[in-house]
Amino acid sequence: MTSTTVAPAQAPSQPPSKAGPKAPSPARRRWRSIRLGWSFILPNFLGFATLTLIPVLASLALSFLDWDSYSTPKWVGLANVDRMIHNETFWTALRNTAYYALGHVPLTLCAALGFAVLLNQKLRGVSFFRTALFFPYITSLVAVAVVWNMLLSPDVGPVNQLLRAIGIDHPPGWTTSTTWAMPAVILASVWRDLGYYMILYLAGLQTIPGELYEAAQVDGASAWQRFWSITVPSLRPTTFFVLIMLTISSFKVFDLIQVMTEGGPGRSTLVLSQVIFREGITQGRFGYSSAVSMVLFVIVLTITLVQFRLQRRSER
Amino acid sequence: MNVRRGVAYGLLVVLSIAVLVPFAWMVSSSLKLDNEVFSVPVRWIPAEFHWDNFTKIWARIPLLTYLRNSVFLSLSITALQVLTGSFAAYGFAKVRFPGRDALFLAYIATIAVPWQAYMVPQYIIMQKAGLVNTHLSLILLQAFSAFGVFLMRQYYLTIPDELSEAARLDGLSEYGIWARIILPLSKPALASLALLTFVNTWNDYMGPFIYLTDNKLWTIQLGLRSFVGLYDAEFAMIMTGSVLSVLPILVIFLLGQKYFVRGIATSGLK
Repeated sequence: MTSTTVAPAQAPSQPPSKAGPKAPSPARRRWRSIRLGWSFILPNFLGFATLTLIPVLASLALSFLDWDSYSTPKWVGLANVDRMIHNETFWTALRNTAYYALGHVPLTLCAALGFAVLLNQKLRGVSFFRTALFFPYITSLVAVAVVWNMLLSPDVGPVNQLLRAIGIDHPPGWTTSTTWAMPAVILASVWRDLGYYMILYLAGLQTIPGELYEAAQVDGASAWQRFWSITVPSLRPTTFFVLIMLTISSFKVFDLIQVMTEGGPGRSTLVLSQVIFREGITQGRFGYSSAVSMVLFVIVLTITLVQFRLQRRSER
Repeated sequence: MNVRRGVAYGLLVVLSIAVLVPFAWMVSSSLKLDNEVFSVPVRWIPAEFHWDNFTKIWARIPLLTYLRNSVFLSLSITALQVLTGSFAAYGFAKVRFPGRDALFLAYIATIAVPWQAYMVPQYIIMQKAGLVNTHLSLILLQAFSAFGVFLMRQYYLTIPDELSEAARLDGLSEYGIWARIILPLSKPALASLALLTFVNTWNDYMGPFIYLTDNKLWTIQLGLRSFVGLYDAEFAMIMTGSVLSVLPILVIFLLGQKYFVRGIATSGLK
């Protein structure tokens, strides 16, 4: 694929450089550099432009159209938005997505940081633990969802057996109960994601100079004090990045919920991505689903920008 | 001091075991009979090892087809991504031309846009092109991601320009520099990108779920999910299928662990 793009472009770019003392004019050199740069980028750009860039821009326009797979597109202004804010399913999905994010973000962050700090001690077999803790992140989602569904099975699942053994007579019904389905999903997702963010934190921890800790120890600071006054502030850039990534991924959640609960029972775990999928692709309501997807995009964008602001301010 | 070390170690061991419990459950259940999976109390080691689960499953669902589809998709997407990604990255990192930085910004900006926000227009394009329900649709969707370009560019920036200058004086063209100098130097980054792409494609559920309706085209993830839906009481068989779907990833991960970790750390912190 690349060889065909390389060959023709290579020929014209060669002779002028060997032309000798007659230097090419600035305009021609500029033109040549543009041609050269684009020749590298073009193979990727063609795919990127048609399947990412154009859809991103189109999605904005689509949300102002009344269009389904059968009709011709018609401009309706904010009618889709109006329908959306009067639609109960949309609000349920929005609430559920926020609920998921509020559980997933802090829990994953704490678990990842905790494991990273433990792993950063110079202990034997650290690399084994790192591997083990990271592995859930790259395990296929279907396997993860299926295993957790079984572990959390209300009557005979191992988790509830354990809970009964420690004296909880009526353990939660997890994915069969409308109140406990979301915590079950959050539990599985924290388990899956903590290894990834742990790696990011480990990379961050390695940049903290050891002398800081030694000096603090000489001054008689306890381990707890050292953690709060050295580790946590030094990790601020990492935490900032982790927070953004976690928030974005929480609002995008789809696969795990689709496989574990399909949004149920009832609509108790229905999230925004599922609404977009159902409306846009299953039902073919392109306009309406794009309006919902704009909400998702605006939320993600706002949170990212706010976090950038806060990070800026704390750096001053 | 030693006490604290002991405590940290104990904590690490206990918590890591807790994290690994679901895997233990998966493997142990895959070697049981269906009615033994949910025993009270839990039996972590099967009374009798039913290795035959691993031979029976191939006849139970078209697992071979699913695996073949997954391998085909993962390999072709990874190859295209690495090739076009590293090629474009050279343009962004080593060629100076007007408009380059604006173009790169467009690439970066789309990384922040959630896929869900533009999957519908994507679907319409694919539908108009008649590519829904083909493997080609998924290949085209996933092979040109901005992430690959970004990862490779970040790495290329760390390669000193003097190397390419020297090669240029020796009369090597820009394409020659990419192929003969930069590419061999960026093996670690190429490995990171290849592994991350392969694993992502292998595990992808949403893409195939949206685009592939024909059973013959399904990937291992879709096949496993439909098996669970159809025969939800065949607990042991479901776990056998899960083990088989995870196994290739485990092997790849153990072989290339270093590159995974490095890829994640660089994509995260630069």
